[in-house]
Amino acid sequence: MAATAARENLRALEELLLRMWQIRAFELRAMELFEENLIRGSVHPYVGMEAIAVGACAALGPDDLITSTHRGHGHCIAKGLELKLMMAEIIGREDGYCRGRGGSMHITAIDKGMLGADAIVAGSSAIAVGAAHGLRLQGRDGVVLCFFGDGAANQGILHEACNLGAVLAAPVVFVCENNEWAISTPAAASTRIADIADRAAGYGMPGVVVDGNDVLAVRDVTAEAVARARAGDGPTLVEAKSYRITPHSAATKTDLRPPEELDAWRARDPILRLSRLLAEEHGVEPARLEQLEEQARRDVEEAVEFALASPRPEPEAALEDVYAPADWLTPGRLA
Amino acid sequence: MAEALNEALHEELERDPGVFVVGEDVAQLGGLFQVTKGLLERFGAQRVIDAPISEAAQAGAGVGAALVGCRPVIELQIADFVSLVIDQVVNHAAKWRYMSGGRVTVPFVLRGAVSSGIGMAAQHSQTLEAWFVHAPGLVVIMPSTPYDAKGLLKSAIRDDNPVVFLEKRLLYSRKGPVPEQEYTVPIGVADVKREGSDVTVATYAAGVHLALQAARGLAREGVEVEVVDLRTLKPLDLETLVGSVRKTGRLVVVTEAARAGSFASEVVARLTDEAFDALRSAPVRVAAADVPMPYAAPLERAVLPQVEDVVAGINAALERVPA
Repeated sequence: MAATAARENLRALEELLLRMWQIRAFELRAMELFEENLIRGSVHPYVGMEAIAVGACAALGPDDLITSTHRGHGHCIAKGLELKLMMAEIIGREDGYCRGRGGSMHITAIDKGMLGADAIVAGSSAIAVGAAHGLRLQGRDGVVLCFFGDGAANQGILHEACNLGAVLAAPVVFVCENNEWAISTPAAASTRIADIADRAAGYGMPGVVVDGNDVLAVRDVTAEAVARARAGDGPTLVEAKSYRITPHSAATKTDLRPPEELDAWRARDPILRLSRLLAEEHGVEPARLEQLEEQARRDVEEAVEFALASPRPEPEAALEDVYAPADWLTPGRLA
Repeated sequence: MAEALNEALHEELERDPGVFVVGEDVAQLGGLFQVTKGLLERFGAQRVIDAPISEAAQAGAGVGAALVGCRPVIELQIADFVSLVIDQVVNHAAKWRYMSGGRVTVPFVLRGAVSSGIGMAAQHSQTLEAWFVHAPGLVVIMPSTPYDAKGLLKSAIRDDNPVVFLEKRLLYSRKGPVPEQEYTVPIGVADVKREGSDVTVATYAAGVHLALQAARGLAREGVEVEVVDLRTLKPLDLETLVGSVRKTGRLVVVTEAARAGSFASEVVARLTDEAFDALRSAPVRVAAADVPMPYAAPLERAVLPQVEDVVAGINAALERVPA
């Protein structure tokens, strides 16, 4: 029995590592594709923060939902969305999750538990609260997890949403990804408090700080918050401290962050950390670890091939789907 | 009209367990204007929610609930507070479907009371429907009678699209026939409230009553005014409007909103796009002056269009020197 449990635990850990490698490979490849002009607009890479999405989503069940941000690819991959359909979306093809209408910042797949990525900073926080209340009204026992950044923590809608979520005791978990920088403005210049989680007290909910580069710690803290939400005891504010290794976006050429700060965080790489744990405490061979990294890279390459082979949307389709079907809607005519 | 709206809410909450109401003072008090009266007692606190004064969160929560299949109705006590929710409505509700490639729907209704004409001053007296007409993905409705208000609110709640439903507060006390039996009023269908052959007045909400009053006065002078109540601003029933102008050859558009960038401007533009050849004179807009709403009665009266302004507008369209 103990041996079986250990095997299952090891498989789960390897799965976490694979997901983190997939995010890393996806983002680095997406940045290349941006440079090759295959991706328009921009791409906001999640490199260095993989443990937050993967750890938090590991605490969710298939019926739980998430909302995401402009930096959302990691959340999608962690929630189990398909790399191929994601890449097709980001390249703007018909097979993408949103048929090329949304792009990098708007991937939506409700059947996979992804309510949508939201490129208005903090924009999805109230959406998460409402979705959570809606699930409860429908008698479903799902929980909604809302990802947002340290920059979003100073938006009005976030305060409103946290307060409303607490008042309604909605089954929602707020996960603040504190990566220390809002483009060029350090968190310390945006707030006088060291921990965003302290604000939870003002909403009457628990606030927890966790090492965002420790995937297992993130998973465990989130699991507790999810259990609390599911039990009807209301939201929790989890603050995961981490750092964005890549620039704000693929289109951002100027980075004001001190190089030595970046180096210090590179040394705390969440993927290498889990790899070390697997090697040292679970006796996983280096060859197996390389195999997982290689598999992630292959998965991403297949996604790119799939995406590039997918058809481009037809220009005339630009006028479709503004409205849901309705009696008053004349086909071929906008309102 | 408030009672008719209240009936619509009672019936739709009864009909569909996914419908719920959220807003300030909507539960215990039954709404500042009693539109949500009796809902709490009948449907409970999970479906009739007294929310904190956080309009943006209320609207955002509505979007989220809609995404998981509910049909939320959010009440803004005063329609001017749309400025607080506009990101959630325009950047989220209106475009979530399109951004998802048509894979999701956002069946959501945002109701608000347009409170001009009663001395509520500049922050509580705006008529801002044009902001929402400008956002692709929204439906915009402004009823003028109890019958239309009830029927259209029921249609709005059942529609799979986000709807902005603006109610003129001065019309809440207005009486009118409402059938005992179940009915709805279709979205996107204008209603000719008075037939006439000389000039078309296209309008909505309180403008309909100004136009009808003007029409009654002008009838005594032998002028037959056709009053088209647009009811739904988006989608616009261009067919009824064009049909009317093809008959009369003249168009006046009446709105209580400030003139610049108003929906009246859009109606004139759409009509000239479609039926310029039918026009025998330049279309006329009768609108509020482009100033923030003043408080004192003589000033507010000077800013808002009055019956005599509508009469003057009709005379201008008729190129007629009044008797």
